[in-house]
Amino acid sequence: MNTQVVSASSKAYVRQEPAAVLPPPGSLIGPLAWIRDNLFSSPSNILLTVVAAAVAYISIPSFLNFLIFDAVWTGADREACIAKNGVVPGACWAFVRERVNFFIYGFYPVDQRWRVDLFFVLGAIGVAWMLWLKAPRRDIGMIYFLVVLPLVSYYLLGGAAWLGLPAVDTARWGGLMVTLVVAGVGIVASLPLGILLALGRRSKLPVIKFFSVMFIEFVRGVPLITVLFMANTMLPLFLPDNITVDKLLRALVGIGLFASAYMAEVVRAGLQALPKGQYEGAMAMGLGYWQMMRLIILPQALKVTIPNIVNTYIGLFKDTSLLLIVGIFDFLKAIETARIDPQWAAPTTSTTGYAFAAIVYFLFCYGMASYARAMERRLSVADKR
Amino acid sequence: MSSVDAPKMGGTGGDEKPRVAFWNDPEKRGYLFQALLFVVVGYLVYAAASNAIDNLTKQKIATGFGFWNNTAGFDIGQRLIPYETTSSYGRAFWVGLVNTLLVASIGIVFATMLGFIIGVARLSKNFLVNKLAAIYVEVIRNTPLLLQLLFWYNAVLKALPEVRDSVAMPGGFFLNNRGLFMPEPVFGASFSWVTWALAAGLMGYFAYGRWARKKQERTGQQSPVLLVGLGLVIAVPLLVYFAAGQPLSFNIPDLGRFNIRGGVQVFPEFVALLLGLVIYTAAFIAEVVRAGIQAVSKGQTEAAYALGLRPGPTLDLVVIPQAMRVIIPPLTSQYLNLTKNSSLAVAVGYPDLVQVFMGTVLNQTGQAVEVIAITMAVYLTISLFTSLVMNWYNSRKALVER
Repeated sequence: MNTQVVSASSKAYVRQEPAAVLPPPGSLIGPLAWIRDNLFSSPSNILLTVVAAAVAYISIPSFLNFLIFDAVWTGADREACIAKNGVVPGACWAFVRERVNFFIYGFYPVDQRWRVDLFFVLGAIGVAWMLWLKAPRRDIGMIYFLVVLPLVSYYLLGGAAWLGLPAVDTARWGGLMVTLVVAGVGIVASLPLGILLALGRRSKLPVIKFFSVMFIEFVRGVPLITVLFMANTMLPLFLPDNITVDKLLRALVGIGLFASAYMAEVVRAGLQALPKGQYEGAMAMGLGYWQMMRLIILPQALKVTIPNIVNTYIGLFKDTSLLLIVGIFDFLKAIETARIDPQWAAPTTSTTGYAFAAIVYFLFCYGMASYARAMERRLSVADKR
Repeated sequence: MSSVDAPKMGGTGGDEKPRVAFWNDPEKRGYLFQALLFVVVGYLVYAAASNAIDNLTKQKIATGFGFWNNTAGFDIGQRLIPYETTSSYGRAFWVGLVNTLLVASIGIVFATMLGFIIGVARLSKNFLVNKLAAIYVEVIRNTPLLLQLLFWYNAVLKALPEVRDSVAMPGGFFLNNRGLFMPEPVFGASFSWVTWALAAGLMGYFAYGRWARKKQERTGQQSPVLLVGLGLVIAVPLLVYFAAGQPLSFNIPDLGRFNIRGGVQVFPEFVALLLGLVIYTAAFIAEVVRAGIQAVSKGQTEAAYALGLRPGPTLDLVVIPQAMRVIIPPLTSQYLNLTKNSSLAVAVGYPDLVQVFMGTVLNQTGQAVEVIAITMAVYLTISLFTSLVMNWYNSRKALVER
């Protein structure tokens, strides 16, 4: 505004200053407006709100009552959780508290359970090192996670006479520990195998392409259960009869192969998303195939697929529960075994056991899903530049 | 390998290939790698096969598919085709396959309905609806299906009252820990007229739909397809039904002290499996639907409004056709997942293909290789068939680019 002109023609009715900005009317901001916009904007919206509120009103309090307010927190056996005066109490957390060690370690010898704890700690360090993008020396972290950790865990959990660790047969492993071991092996094995299969599928060499496509499509076309059954009953048949394969190892082979086929498709999508110029540029620089893949293609392709890779890991983690069908004592099997124990026979024992299992699985899977979402946001910000 | 004449070729000629050792020639190296892979895979297959034959002869297990016609000798609770304990293993296979297809097809219908509702609710501007749908999706997607199945079966359905305390529901339905008992429809002799009327109505509906589309393409005028269709498909069979003298009655289950007579029994294993599959898959379908609708850019809606279309037709004619193109491929893979996941039936004892064939038949015959190969072949056939249909559909619906 030209102030000189204004001051020259100074009149009482001419505003000297710009008018102060008025706050928006109360009907447009504040909690009331929010409620109107989000809940009662139209008749159909009001109807939706009423229905949703009814659903929430029926379900949420009964959930909370069962899980928290009516729950039994202490007690030594079923007496604590049976119906009193005809009133069935809520969740029987006393049962979970008493059995929690069984859920985590299975039948692992009590005096050796520190080894499992150490395994959890080492694994947590490896996972944190890999996930935290600004962590120092992530290249060493990679080697630690993919090479050192599996080797150390193998001797730590299975036993090593030269370290004074008594051997613990895998038949005594159980609970959450087995679930984490299987998921860990699946995670560590499926990525490199999946990358190789994806590269094979995109290879120009017909024989390599053929075998990769056959393997990927075959595994993806059948349910995991059939793969596990196959690993369980057919693997011993295929090997010379002087070699016996541990039952847990058979399941690991099944899960690892299954996960790598799915991983291959995820990696392939990442490879396809790269513009062709990246390949051509790398070749123009005189890089060979493996140099090109290692230095140019895979770092970019894997980066954009991190969210999908993590989603595959979530699927893998949930799929480990299928091990109970082929007789492996995983976390869910520990729950299944404990919930039918007559010592805790009470109306809510089963539901409590399943609720506890659901919470544990949810924490792991939701954690991974949140990480994938955060990565996705980061990547989309990086793309927008 | 033609490496012998490689050194001779070099020389001084400018047009000649540069002299390289054969391990540096990518083409020849490619052949070498492929030959190597072929030999390794071939050897693995050979070793596995010869070991298997060795082991099988040592364990005195028969080979071949001769067991197919042997007597099964076990009973199957739920059977849609005739089966007795004296039937053959082959018959048991068909019973299991039909049960798998039954739970998968019913599951797909319900999971699609629930999934679309949740997916649209997830996009709702209504805060409560949106958050409830989000909680549903997150909780269901982040817990294993097997856990949910066990929960429905062991904690919910097994906890239902005994037969004599059955929960009686209106219309002759009874619910107890042995399943859901429903009235059984008894079709009279002249009911076939109603079926024919329904078929004629459906055909009329399709014919009218075609005619209406042609007319719209020609003149731009829309016809009340839905109304006329409903009339043809529902009203015509109903009229015939009454004209034929209501040839349909129900055999209502009769509650006794220890048992229920009459009616149709839906086994709790089936209910648990269906509930688990529907609720689990619906969460994934909801995400597919959400992604599909979000993939249609806002400009499309705005352009439709600018052309004067009202919100209803905008959704029908602009948004949904474009969203469906994004939704259909992942939706099919969810259908396939549901079908494959139905193999978890083995955990709740529903007699599907895996439970009957890979469970009981495998245990009785011990012929692991044959039984597992047949089972996998069935699932592979279903998968490949679906992918074929999908590819055909995709090629029809794919965006035609300039």
